[in-house]
Amino acid sequence: MSLTVEHLIVYYQTLQGNVKALDDVTFSIADGEIMGLAGESGCGKTTLGYSLIHLAPPKRFVGGCASLDGEELPIHNTVKMNPFRFKKVSIIPQYAMSAMNPTRKIGKMTAELLASKRVAYKSILPELLRRLELVKLSPDVLNMYPIELSGGMKQRMVMVLSTLLNPSLLIADEITSALDVSTQKAVSEMLVEFRDRHFVKSMIVITHDISILYQIADSILVMYAGKLAEKAPTETIINAPRHPYTKLLISSLPEVGVRCFERRLKGIPGNPPMLLVPPKGCRFRDRCPLAYAKCLEEPPFIEIEPGHHVACWKETAQHA
Amino acid sequence: MGRYLGRKILIYGLTFFLAVTIDWLIPRFMPGDPVTNMLARVSVNSDAAAVMYDYYSHIFGLDVPVWQQYINFWVSLFHGDLGKSAYLFPTPVVQVLLRAVPYDLFLLLPSILLSWYAGNHFGAFAARSKWLDSTASPISYILTATPYMWLGILLAWFFGIVLDAFPVAGAYSFSLRPDWSWVFILDVLHHWFLPFVSLFLVGFGGWAIGMRNMIIYELEADYSRYLEALGAPRKLIRKYAFRNGLLPQITGLALQLGVVVAGALVTEVVFSYPGIGYLLLAGIQNQDYFLIQGCFLFIITGVLLANFAIDLIYVVVDPRTRLGLMGETA
Amino acid sequence: MINQLKKNEFLYFGLRNKKLVVGLAIILIFLLLAIFGPVIVRNDPFAYVNPMGPQPPSSEYLFGTTFFGQDVFAQFVLGLRATFLVGALGGGLGTLIGILVGFTAGYRGGIVDDVLNALTNIVLVIPTLAVLLIVAAYLEVRSVFTEFIFIGLTAWPWAARAIRSQTFSLRTREFVDLARMSGMKSLKIIFSEIAPNMMSYLVMTFILQFGGAILNAATLDFIGLGPTNTISLGLMMQYAVMWGALLLDMWWWFIPPGLGITAIVGALYVMNVGLDEVFNPKLREM
Repeated sequence: MSLTVEHLIVYYQTLQGNVKALDDVTFSIADGEIMGLAGESGCGKTTLGYSLIHLAPPKRFVGGCASLDGEELPIHNTVKMNPFRFKKVSIIPQYAMSAMNPTRKIGKMTAELLASKRVAYKSILPELLRRLELVKLSPDVLNMYPIELSGGMKQRMVMVLSTLLNPSLLIADEITSALDVSTQKAVSEMLVEFRDRHFVKSMIVITHDISILYQIADSILVMYAGKLAEKAPTETIINAPRHPYTKLLISSLPEVGVRCFERRLKGIPGNPPMLLVPPKGCRFRDRCPLAYAKCLEEPPFIEIEPGHHVACWKETAQHA
Repeated sequence: MGRYLGRKILIYGLTFFLAVTIDWLIPRFMPGDPVTNMLARVSVNSDAAAVMYDYYSHIFGLDVPVWQQYINFWVSLFHGDLGKSAYLFPTPVVQVLLRAVPYDLFLLLPSILLSWYAGNHFGAFAARSKWLDSTASPISYILTATPYMWLGILLAWFFGIVLDAFPVAGAYSFSLRPDWSWVFILDVLHHWFLPFVSLFLVGFGGWAIGMRNMIIYELEADYSRYLEALGAPRKLIRKYAFRNGLLPQITGLALQLGVVVAGALVTEVVFSYPGIGYLLLAGIQNQDYFLIQGCFLFIITGVLLANFAIDLIYVVVDPRTRLGLMGETA
Repeated sequence: MINQLKKNEFLYFGLRNKKLVVGLAIILIFLLLAIFGPVIVRNDPFAYVNPMGPQPPSSEYLFGTTFFGQDVFAQFVLGLRATFLVGALGGGLGTLIGILVGFTAGYRGGIVDDVLNALTNIVLVIPTLAVLLIVAAYLEVRSVFTEFIFIGLTAWPWAARAIRSQTFSLRTREFVDLARMSGMKSLKIIFSEIAPNMMSYLVMTFILQFGGAILNAATLDFIGLGPTNTISLGLMMQYAVMWGALLLDMWWWFIPPGLGITAIVGALYVMNVGLDEVFNPKLREM
């Protein structure tokens, strides 16, 4: 297993108390696997992504552990985590378009960043140029200021930069959210290419847009209110989901070519619960059409088939 | 870049024109006129007084219609002629002012530049830790809230009178004559020190606070967060934050010039330091039109030139202006 | 309902913010002194009460007496009134003009913005003290009223700049577009949509203008262009220096007024920082 996360608990410290953003999260990703991380806003997916690389206040580590390539990832300790950052774990942030220092030429900034991580710029330059060509960026880019680039170019530059040292794990945080559909396609395909060319080993693609995941992810992990709902290979999630939340999520997706006369697109009524004082038992209970008495108890995240985990009493009753 | 600078030049040109017009206008509304005042000092019988009045009016160009006086003013301005000082008659105003300019530059340039430099670094330094910040910030706020002249008075009193370590009046001892000897130079420095420190301290406080705030703001910017996520060392992030925080401080310097000039003026009064501010006051007290006009002109020209110099520096330092993609930052 | 919650939230954090509380307390102390001091104090600030002339602080004269035997404390409390008046009025005028110019420039944009911006920059660059000196020199009789008009008329560019940029950023927000699309008149939009969101900012701008006005007034007074019919802290310092307090070591004459100004302006600035923290959740310490 490339990445293993066990019983991770992360709280957000606020003045009103601790928001239980991640509550006992356990999953693993195989080598070369692209796992999509999907869910509504506020479900904890970005917290999970960031916790794996930069767990800093107001986030607070409460418990659990993670390991990458068999080595422990010291996510609870910001200082010990530093050697891992960029080299073993890397991230393409949501704000990629403003992630570069506006007053520094891109090449110079890259060189300084690499130097600070004890990597000689000269030695990596040929590889950098190759990758720029791959994402269709001219090598002149290195001599320009970020403001001279378009949004899409900046995004591609940040993608190249983040993956330059061939990290084992890449976290892509909502990188397609601000893009138009055709650019979304291009960027997603680029991610897959990075994986295919072994620039990165495994990837977590965080997004609320399942259609993107359908295109590029090998497996999808669905989160709800700080807890894991379902994890399965992409095909299974899309065509045969087991968790009620996932089912509702998929059914609320419009299908290309389907005209919605016969049935209206169903959204999911209601709102996710506040995580300051989370509800007892299954967090989806209030909005779940299938909820029953047992749901007052928290359902465990159980593997019902190889590679398919669900946290729902209805589904796991036979395995209980 | 051309557009940016062109715009600035236009504004400065306009400002200069406006300022010169104000400069010329205002003394004309003063009660009394310089000739009458001058003559009041000398007691002559009324016939002689009338002749002298005409004579001096002519010399000062006051016997022509007002609009012509205005045009004459501009003409003589371009000839570098600012008239003759009535207070220090018959010395030309330009000469009087040029004697004072070195003292002003000597006082202003070091204090402005040093307080800006030291204040910025101190502010950045204070932003490092909460503990440092909570001690350094109050001090900076107190310094910047201190009126310039009170600090001058305090320093003059404490170090000059109580400790008797520094002189409190003039640019150099009355007993010495200006020359390049060590004695003279040391004496000049001795006289210069307290007014310099006074100007320096107040400015220092302001810059420290400004920079501290800028650094905190920059450390929360997206590029800082990205570098942090990629595990870049604090030193690199701070370096970028400092450099980016410095840019608005440069424009801030241009904006503060008016305030600093006012502070210098007041400090000169406290220490009887013979700069332009001191002369301006003397001109007002003696109702010397031309001296007042000349002082104001020098001040405004100096400020505009300094502003322009800072704008040039800013263009060099901020790549965004050079690429013409950032409109007005100032 | 939201506004009510917001107000309570501000009150909650406000009372807990050390900077705000301490700053406000200091200002209130001086304000009370300014309002009630001259009423309580026995001596007329201008009367020559001490036949011994200048004397250091004693039980009879809290702050000692001036060169002429006047009660420094009496002058001090009366001077506080002038200082507060000029500060509040001058600061208020400056903020008002700044709001007018800043809002209009920021909201309208285009050529209106260009013109107003040019105007702001011109007034900003001219060292206004020099102009004030010259203008104030002609008026034979000066009062607190004329002084605050001057100061307000020259201090507004700072407020205008700040308010303009805030208005700019708010103008492009969606709720303003909504209002505009629903046909609201510009003035109404400014007052009912933009201004409430800028309230906190306007308050802070006013506080800065207040402090700046006090400092400017002190400078003018010190040069000899202060009000001719009353006393102020700056005037006290002027008289002190004029009558040799420096050389004769009459420290009690010039230290209190300067200290008073520094304390008040300092408290204002610190209060401002505290207010910023209260209004801006991101700055609050955990």
